[in-house]
Amino acid sequence: MTSKNKNYGLVVLGATSSIAEAYIRLVAKERGSNLTLFIVGRNAEALESIAADVTARGAGNVVTRACDLADIDDPATLVAAATGELGTIDEVLIAYGSLPDQSKTQTDPAELEKAFQVNFTSTAIWLQAFANVMTEQKFGRLAVIGSVAGDRGRMSNYAYGAAKGGLERFVQGLQHALAAYPNVSATLIKPGFVATPMTAHIEGRGGPLWASPERIAADIDKAVKRRKLSVYAPWFWWGVMTIIRSLPAAILHKTKL
Amino acid sequence: MSVESWGRAFGYDCTVDEPDRLSGVNLVASSSRGTAIHGCGRSYGDVALNDGGRILRTRHLDRFISADWETGLIRAEAGMSLGELLAVAVPKGWFLPVTPGSKFVSLGGAVANDVHGKNHHKVGSFGAFVTDLGLLRSDSGRHTLSKNNNPDLFSLTIGGLGLTGFIEWVGLQLVPIVSPMMDVENIPFANLSEFFDLSGQSEEWPFAVAWIDCFAKGDGLGRGIFTRGRHSTRPAKLVAHPEKPGLSWPGETPGWVLNKFSIKAFNALYRRRSGARFCGQQHYNSFFYPLDGIAGWNKLYGPRGFYQHQSIIPPEAAQEGVTEQLRAIEAAGQGSFLVVLKSYGTETSPGVMSFGREGVSLALDFANRGARTQRLLRRLDDIALAAGGRMYPAKDGHMLPRTYQTSFPAWQDLEAARDPALMSSFWRRVTETGAKSTA
Ligand SMILES: NC(=O)c1ccc[n+]([C@@H]2O[C@H](COP(=O)([O-])OP(=O)(O)OC[C@H]3O[C@@H](n4cnc5c(N)ncnc54)[C@H](OP(=O)(O)O)[C@@H]3O)[C@@H](O)[C@H]2O)c1
Repeated sequence: MTSKNKNYGLVVLGATSSIAEAYIRLVAKERGSNLTLFIVGRNAEALESIAADVTARGAGNVVTRACDLADIDDPATLVAAATGELGTIDEVLIAYGSLPDQSKTQTDPAELEKAFQVNFTSTAIWLQAFANVMTEQKFGRLAVIGSVAGDRGRMSNYAYGAAKGGLERFVQGLQHALAAYPNVSATLIKPGFVATPMTAHIEGRGGPLWASPERIAADIDKAVKRRKLSVYAPWFWWGVMTIIRSLPAAILHKTKL
Repeated sequence: MSVESWGRAFGYDCTVDEPDRLSGVNLVASSSRGTAIHGCGRSYGDVALNDGGRILRTRHLDRFISADWETGLIRAEAGMSLGELLAVAVPKGWFLPVTPGSKFVSLGGAVANDVHGKNHHKVGSFGAFVTDLGLLRSDSGRHTLSKNNNPDLFSLTIGGLGLTGFIEWVGLQLVPIVSPMMDVENIPFANLSEFFDLSGQSEEWPFAVAWIDCFAKGDGLGRGIFTRGRHSTRPAKLVAHPEKPGLSWPGETPGWVLNKFSIKAFNALYRRRSGARFCGQQHYNSFFYPLDGIAGWNKLYGPRGFYQHQSIIPPEAAQEGVTEQLRAIEAAGQGSFLVVLKSYGTETSPGVMSFGREGVSLALDFANRGARTQRLLRRLDDIALAAGGRMYPAKDGHMLPRTYQTSFPAWQDLEAARDPALMSSFWRRVTETGAKSTA
């Protein structure tokens, strides 16, 4: 199904994310002129520069679309534009997201609502809309970026964590629904610490737990090709999160995690 | 945050900004010590550092702006490294027209230092292939510079040490290849005059360089191995270099490991290894970038780091000057691990501040042993200076202002064209402009 010599239509929501950009380059390198991209983000200038870059790297055709992905009137408009450009959609990556300031979400309900709107509500709406296209086509691969933060609610980021955790439940249910379609899959990628603009403010960045966007992109690629249900990226977060999930509350509550 | 130069002989406290896109570049720093532009950080000395000020890292500015794979003309953001460019260009049949000995160098850095390579004797420096470039200035905004468009600022920017403005993107003419392999010949030579003979006989070879055993004495002074090569013309699968280095230097080497005796032993082994007399094919990655295969090799010199010294001496005075430099090293008893000797041709790059010029260049590295090393470096400077030569700013960490100003007489033109928001530790040091220098 993923023959490299066949035209491949890839939709990326949140294409200006560092992880998404690294992924787009990786796919362009592999598929070259067989790749057609439909990339969406809210920064039109940045989308154009990414389009020029992957075109120079050999991608076949790149269509850009600037819009706020958290502000959805009717998802059908964008979905129709994507299918119109690509014909059929082989893959969709949903990569946009935002890391809210936890303390603000505790005092300003609008911040809390926004955190859910960006990282959960809108993401789920796009997932469902594109899943519907793929079940109709009877093929396709959905990929969405969650987070290790969704594995357990912790004082330092439970607004973001709840949104990503909710996303995980949603994807789980979607996977169940897609089980009837052997050639349609949904993959959840759960990165740990990644050095991107989202985490630029975090002190002590760059230690052994930190990964590059390129590394995460490579992990996404592997997981999507194998139609995995859910992967940690890099893999060692599986161990870290198993420990964190199994800490008794009495112990966790003594930490500042 | 402390930022080290590649030689590690100094690290400076600088604030670091690393914009993700060109639109995020802001030249004006809150600090009165201005901003230095910092690419991959492979300059050995302090050209890309700014003690007590700000540095602006370009590593995320790594996108192509356009590429015409029919003609080999590309434009890319200044933070793209030469290796990243090759990874895309080689499979499409294109190569860098000029490359230094490391591919972990940014396009912007290659322009700002007007870098040269093993083919200088044939084609000149990197700047000769720069078709145009984008420059952002704090006082006058965006400019597109080329030989026809604002040629004065263009030629001061090439080799201008990143001081004339922020280089946003670089237009570069690549050269076609049909194979990633190089046809290579390694020829041992017994002394310096044989080096000059070989250089003369190798005029037809596009790439030529020599490695020297700095512990040879008397008649054998300057013995070494001469390497010459050319891109293979036999078509082969265009495979780029591997993405990750093969080896990683395990960590800090205690300073005493690299001493006179270990370097002597290395030199002896290096001369006798089977590759010393080699005639055949080599991938471009091992031909041009042997040290890139070992990540972190700069830790080899231990915690005090090392200094590089690269000088060029005009042809008339070259043999005598290089002989004197090699004698000075011998007398100082401070061995150098990598001694590289190369003949340069007439400079074709438009850069007015470029290091490259016709002559012979000797490049050395010395473990940092404090005052003793400083004395030797000064001595080498003096020899080069007396012979009408000069030192390479990208490798320098010690030159006196007088030395710099005598050997780069156009420095005041660069100072006049300097963006008032930009400064570097190197520039403060060699021009003694001090703190008054940034707006
Ligand atoms: N970095 C990490 O440590 C980490 C860890 C785990 C999971 N993740 C997840 O990885 C994904 C990618 O993030 P990243 O690390 O690559 O960070 P990033 O480079 O900051 O990317 C986030 C992207 O989301 C876009 N975005 C946010 N809200 C949007 C909206 N309403 N409409 C359209 N685009 C919007 C941003 O666009 P603008 O450029 O226009 O702001 C930005 O390009 C996110 O889902 C994030 O939650 C990241």
